[in-house]
Amino acid sequence: MADEALFLLLHSEMVAGLYRAAEQGEGENGRCTTKLESMGFRVGQGLIERFTKDTARFKDELDIMKFICKDFWTTVFKKQIDNLRTNHQGIYVLQDNKFRLLTQMSAGKQYLEHAPKYLAFTCGLIRGGLSNLGIKSIVTAEVSSMPACRYIPDVFEILIKIWKDQPRTLSRTPGQPRNHSLCSKALSKCFPNSVMPGSDRVTTAMGSLFQCSTTSG
Amino acid sequence: MNSELFTLTYGALVTQLCKDYENDDDVNKQLDKMGYNIGVRLIEDFLARSNVGRCHDFRETADVIAKIAFKMYLGITPSITNWSPGGDEFSLILENNPLVDFVELPDNHSTLIYSNLLCGVLRGALEMVQMAVDVKFVQDTLKGDSVTEIRMKFIRRIEDNLPAGEE
Repeated sequence: MADEALFLLLHSEMVAGLYRAAEQGEGENGRCTTKLESMGFRVGQGLIERFTKDTARFKDELDIMKFICKDFWTTVFKKQIDNLRTNHQGIYVLQDNKFRLLTQMSAGKQYLEHAPKYLAFTCGLIRGGLSNLGIKSIVTAEVSSMPACRYIPDVFEILIKIWKDQPRTLSRTPGQPRNHSLCSKALSKCFPNSVMPGSDRVTTAMGSLFQCSTTSG
Repeated sequence: MNSELFTLTYGALVTQLCKDYENDDDVNKQLDKMGYNIGVRLIEDFLARSNVGRCHDFRETADVIAKIAFKMYLGITPSITNWSPGGDEFSLILENNPLVDFVELPDNHSTLIYSNLLCGVLRGALEMVQMAVDVKFVQDTLKGDSVTEIRMKFIRRIEDNLPAGEE
């Protein structure tokens, strides 16, 4: 069944439609990201229930993350996560070198500032899935474009950082990158900070870590 | 397995639209518009995958839609019935509509056409192959009918040098 194409089109139309409505109406762009994220949240909750109906109980958090990376990602995006990193203190970085929802976009910096719109739904999807597995989390995503001199056709890579909602337990050891504290109630405020328009920086695993104050639900 | 993702996403979308727009009519229009935008792109994907040739008349078109397109994207094969005497209108009968798995319409949304996206998709897709059609739901299992029925009416052939809807 070729319904992947259908889902891709539906997703891009959802993003476009929401932003179109926002332009004509309130003009508040931040709310669109929140709406997309909360839509993804509902879908993620439902999906994870269906997928884990017959699977064995998860041993620990890492087991759950591996499930997300392998089975969940395969069922949703037909491929596995390429890289999973963790600091064993509740932060996980998932890297997808060829994110399905972005492969249709042109390579290069031109659309980099629009990329976060297409990530909001997926972040919600993961957050919803984790929520129904008993993990409260905050999920953010970043897109970095590869330097032009490398001959890699897939230009977008998505880094997903998941951490539990007690960021205060994270201790800062010397030598680690600084954490930016963001006092923000709305998750949507986190997204514009994820990608700086026009910047070439390639984010490393723990670069640009930032904390969000806990949001309810 | 992936059809659940689509079904759930569509459900979340309709819910969000119902929150954004107060009345069902606006939601229906918005769904139709979104469906149209999807349809104009979906047709290319369809033609690339299915490799069907040009349809010679509306009956062939109906066959392709029901037996190939619906099967390919939604995994169902609706039946074609109720041809009008002039051969320009027919009905697609869907025994089960995958979009409405897990869905119940609450009482205060009785005029909502939940699957209206499908109408837009069909309209948009056919417009790209030079056919102007009118598509609407006649029966809907969500509203208590036994089957879902979509009525498609051929309006006219679109000439190449007149983009529809533009001056």
